[in-house]
Amino acid sequence: MSSDYEYSDDDVDNVFDDDELMADGDSDGDDGMEMDDFKVVPKATRKAYELEYDSLSQPAVEKLMEKDVEYIRGILGVDDNTASLLLRHMGWNKERLIEKYMDNANKTLVAAGVIRPEPEAVKPSKRPITRRATKQRSPSPPKSSGSFTCSICFDDAPGLTPLSLECGHAACSGCWEAYITSKIRDEAEHVCRCMAEGCGLVAPDSFIRGAIDEDGFIRFQELLVRHFVGCNKNLKFCPYPSCTNTVSCPSGASKSSLTTVVPIVSCGARGLASDGAPLSQSQELVKRATGKEHKFCFGCVIDSDHRPVVCAVATLWLKKCRDDSETANWIKSNTKECPKCVSTIEKNGGCNHMTCKKCKHEFCWVCMGPWSEHGTAWYSCNRYDEEAGVNARDAQSKSRASLERYLHYYNRWANHEQSAKLAQDLFAKTEKKMEEMQITSTLTWIEVQFMKKAAEELDKCRVTLKWTYAMAYYLAKGNQKELFEDNQRDLERAVEDLSELLESPIEPENIPALRQKVTDKTVYVQKRNDIVLEDTAEGFVEGRWAWNVSVDGFEAPAAEPDTAL
Amino acid sequence: MALPKRIIKETERLVADPAPGITAVPHDDNLRYFDVTIQGPDGSPFQQGIFKLELFLPEEYPMAPPKVRFLTKIYHPNIDKLGRICLDILKDKWSPALQIRTVLLSVQALLSAPNPDDPLATDVAKHYKENEKDAQRVSREWTQLYASE
Repeated sequence: MSSDYEYSDDDVDNVFDDDELMADGDSDGDDGMEMDDFKVVPKATRKAYELEYDSLSQPAVEKLMEKDVEYIRGILGVDDNTASLLLRHMGWNKERLIEKYMDNANKTLVAAGVIRPEPEAVKPSKRPITRRATKQRSPSPPKSSGSFTCSICFDDAPGLTPLSLECGHAACSGCWEAYITSKIRDEAEHVCRCMAEGCGLVAPDSFIRGAIDEDGFIRFQELLVRHFVGCNKNLKFCPYPSCTNTVSCPSGASKSSLTTVVPIVSCGARGLASDGAPLSQSQELVKRATGKEHKFCFGCVIDSDHRPVVCAVATLWLKKCRDDSETANWIKSNTKECPKCVSTIEKNGGCNHMTCKKCKHEFCWVCMGPWSEHGTAWYSCNRYDEEAGVNARDAQSKSRASLERYLHYYNRWANHEQSAKLAQDLFAKTEKKMEEMQITSTLTWIEVQFMKKAAEELDKCRVTLKWTYAMAYYLAKGNQKELFEDNQRDLERAVEDLSELLESPIEPENIPALRQKVTDKTVYVQKRNDIVLEDTAEGFVEGRWAWNVSVDGFEAPAAEPDTAL
Repeated sequence: MALPKRIIKETERLVADPAPGITAVPHDDNLRYFDVTIQGPDGSPFQQGIFKLELFLPEEYPMAPPKVRFLTKIYHPNIDKLGRICLDILKDKWSPALQIRTVLLSVQALLSAPNPDDPLATDVAKHYKENEKDAQRVSREWTQLYASE
C-alpha cells in the first residue's frame, strides 16, 4: 500500500473514453499492459469547488520527517537519533524546539529522554553538552561480561545478550524485544522508555531497530508517521480502515478558510487495503479500477464528501439529525397540540372530547375546535367546516410549521442517504444489465460501459443532493435561497430521470436508443451537479450565503422571524 | 504452561524474605494467582487492620502490570467499592523492573498517604477533602468492622 497513485481523482472530464479495467473475475498477469490507461492526465484547470492538495504515501511522509530531522541536526549539531527524539518530544515544532534548546539544552535533552538528569551536585554549567549528546547511541553491551542475570526475567543462562541504553540499565535481548513489541503493538506507543523504574531515557530508533523484528519495526515507523501527521495541521491521515496514506492540504488547514472552502480530499488509494499481503499487479489494478475512492473532509471529522455545504453547517445538521429526527417524527405522527396553550398532547385512548391537562381547555380531537360548539353531538364530529375549528387548525398548522419544515428537509436528506447506501446494489444490478446487453445486442464490452458510468455519476450526484438539503434547511430566506433551490430542483429532476432510465427493462431492439438516452442524461446530470457545486462554492467565496441560525465563522443571521426549530 | 523463571524467583523470594507487614501466597492450582494480606501502616487510620487482597499476574507479565484488588472493604479515596485501586504504577507508570514486592509496598504506602486529589471513590474523596478528621474516623471504624481478625 505504498506506491504513489498516478491518476487524478476526477474522471469527470473524460467520460466515456477511459476504458477502465473491470473486475471481470479471472485476472491473470496479462493485465499489466493496460497499466497506461490509468494514468489520467491531471487536469489543468481547477473548478471552484475543488482545492489543491497532495496525496502522500507513507514513504513520502517519512521523507518530510527526514528533512526536519536533518534541519535540526544541522542547527543544533546533534546526531540523527537525538534530533528525532527532540523533535518528537516537541511535537515537531522546530521553532519552539530551537528556542527551548538554546534556552536550556540540558533540560530539553533530559525532558526528551536523550540524557539522564545530572546528579544534583553537578550544576549544569557550560559543559559541552552537545558533544555528550552526539555520542554513539547504539545497543551497547554493558561493561562486565561474565555472569549476567537479566533484571527483568531473572534468567542467568550463559548465552544471554545484555542490552542497555546509555543509562546502563541492562536487560536481556529477549526482554527488550518483548517490552518494545508490547509498547508498539499493544499500546501503539512510539516512546519506549528504559525499563528500569524511574529511568526516563527513551530508546532511539537505532536501538529499536536492533531490538525487535522487521514487522514490529514497520509498525513502529507507521506510529512515527502517525505522530508526525498528528502534530502537523497541514496533514491529515486517511480515515479509511487500514489505509496508510496521508493528505497534505494547507488551504484547508486554517479554521478561517473553512467558511469559504469545503476541503474534500482523496488520499489517492481506492478500496479496502489488503491486510498486509501484497496484491499482485492485476489485483492491484482491479482494486484501483473498482474500489471506492477514499474521500474525506480535511476540515472536520466527517469522513465522506459533504460538498457543497461547509463544515460548520454540515456538522450542525448532523448534530440536529442525531438529536431530533426520530423524536420529531414521532411527535409529528402521534401528537397534536392544544389549540389554546400549544402543549403537545398524545391521545392514547378515550373519546374525542379532550381536556387539556395544562390549561383545562376543552376541544375536539378531530376538528380541533372548542368542545362547547359541539352541543350534544358527542363522540362524533361533523363540524369540520365550522369557523372556530378552521381557526384552531390554522393556529395548529402554524405551530407545526417549523417541525414540518425540518422533516421536509430531513426526509429528503435521509432518502438520498438511503439511496447512496443502496448504491452497491445498483452497481451490481448495472453490472448484470451490462452483461445482458452484451449477450442480446451487438454492443461490445467497451460500448456498454455507459451504464456503469451512469451509475457512478448517479451515486456522486446523490451525495451532492443529500447535502444540499442540509444547506437549504439553514439558508436564510431570500433570493439566494430560491436560486439555490432552483439549482437543486434541476439536479434532482435530472438525477431521478437518469435513475429511472437505468432501472428500465432492457429490450434488445431498444438498446441503441437507450444507450443514446442514458449517455445524454449522464452528461446532463454531470453538468447540473457541476453547476450546483460550482455555484455554491463561488457563493461561499463571495460571501453570498446567509444562514437562519448563527454558524461558526459567519455573520449572525439577520433579524428575521426565525423559522428554524 | 511452564511458569517463567521470573515468577518462580519472585515467589521464592516473597516466601523466604517477606516484606514487613505483607504476605503473598500463590494458589496451589494457579501459581499466577496470589492471596495477599497487607497490614494497615502504623499512624494511619488503617492501623492494626489486616486487609485481604488478590493479585494476578497476567500472561504478559512483567511487560504488563499485575492486577491487584482489595477483597476487604476499605474506606479510602483511591480504592472503590469493588476494591479496585487507583495507583499509577498499576497503570501507565508500570515498568517491567517493578515486582510484586514493590507493587505491594506501594499499595501499603497508599494506605498511609491517601490522595483525595486523584480519587477513584469520589464520595470518599470529597469527604476526605472537606472534613479529613471525620473521614479518618470513618476509615478507622471500617477498619475495626471489616479488617480486624
